[in-house]
Amino acid sequence: MLTLEPPIDDLMVESLKAGDRIAISGVVYTARDAAHKRMIEALNKGESLPFDVAGQIIYYMGPAPAKPGEVIGSAGPTTSMRMDVYTPHLLEAGLKGMIGKGGRSDDVKRAIEKYKAVYFVAIGGAGALIAQSIKKAEVIAYDDLGAEAVRRLQVENLPVIVAHDVYGGDLYHEGRSKYRKPAHLP
Amino acid sequence: MSIREIQSDKITEAVAELCKQANYYLPDDVLDALKKAQNEEESPLGKEVLGKIIENADVAAQKQTPLCQDCGTVLIFIEIGQDVHVVGGSLALAVEEGVRQGYAEGYLRKSMVANPFSSRTNTSDNTPPVVYTNIVDGDKLKITVMPKGGGSENMTRFVALTPAQGRTAIVDFVVDAVDKAGSSPCPPIIVGIGIGGTADKAMLLSKKALVREVGGPNADAEVAALEKELLTEINALGIGPQGFGGIITALAVHVEVFPAHIASLPVAMTVQCHSARHKEIVL
Repeated sequence: MLTLEPPIDDLMVESLKAGDRIAISGVVYTARDAAHKRMIEALNKGESLPFDVAGQIIYYMGPAPAKPGEVIGSAGPTTSMRMDVYTPHLLEAGLKGMIGKGGRSDDVKRAIEKYKAVYFVAIGGAGALIAQSIKKAEVIAYDDLGAEAVRRLQVENLPVIVAHDVYGGDLYHEGRSKYRKPAHLP
Repeated sequence: MSIREIQSDKITEAVAELCKQANYYLPDDVLDALKKAQNEEESPLGKEVLGKIIENADVAAQKQTPLCQDCGTVLIFIEIGQDVHVVGGSLALAVEEGVRQGYAEGYLRKSMVANPFSSRTNTSDNTPPVVYTNIVDGDKLKITVMPKGGGSENMTRFVALTPAQGRTAIVDFVVDAVDKAGSSPCPPIIVGIGIGGTADKAMLLSKKALVREVGGPNADAEVAALEKELLTEINALGIGPQGFGGIITALAVHVEVFPAHIASLPVAMTVQCHSARHKEIVL
């Protein structure tokens, strides 16, 4: 398995292909629906973001609360397509990676190619397991959003798979084509 | 028959416990269905994903931590015997307080927002639950708690078919809707289908279909045959576990039927992710 430590640059992104297994270590930031809405509003007003997105990875995740003595509660990915409308703006601002679940829109795929970024997926509904890769978590913005606040996570060998790469590779499309029965082929 | 009294605080206690248990422990029938799927899946990645989902259930149970960070909208089905009298407070408030306590004590995520099309302010305690109360015979109170995740719930679909469109159109509607949902609802999914009644009745049937034992066929042979055909067609789509490709897109299809108006054939579909959580108790 390849390992990756943010920040990441064009060269690293270009080395990744749909289907690659990656273990991410280091810092990733969480943001989901409500945080994305606020970040895009900030960008539109020319204000600064809660963290510099250049070269960074955003994990679409809102955790369950940490039990006493734990770093974080269950912490799996949420459905990425809800962030599709915001994503091209963040990629334009320099964001390099995203972790979520499920396929992305054509607009996002085009933006991934244009701005050289990568979309990773983790296993949805495996939040208890994924939480074991998270070593530190702190809220850095939008505390009032609760589970949806922006968090800085320190992760160790967070297992992900490349779903959309800069070459237009699509894990979902490739997987589905392989197992789709003839009656359902276009 | 005499009236049986049930204290409202016992109901609160029971609901709080059900919320925690449902979020920590995957039901045995769901686990068995996942293990069977792992065995049958042809895609190596799909097989591996199913293994991780099963491992996740082990970790959650062992650590008493939620299976999924999305601890859901709390759906509650209550069957209240007509010879039951709830004393000490209102049933509705007792149930709501149970959700509040369960989600606080259980370190479960609070996902409910008020003013859903404007401020979307988190209610901070995961209330209110969505509660359906049915009055039945007897002197028992049965409570089923079903935490329903947002990702799969967003794939809910409804169609008002005409009688002429019939069975073929039902199959086309369901298979097309599952195909379009693709990877989003966290496959392998369980598909609940409600046919008949009114739009709201069909929708409720599609939800209740999800608490049936996974893969146990409908008692009516004609309905069971429809379930089987739908499952085969859905699994021919190739979506597979997590949408990475494979032969197991759905673990089961459960269909519930109710008579319909001479002009109508309403069909509702509720999608359940693989984290098919529900827990019940009879007081």
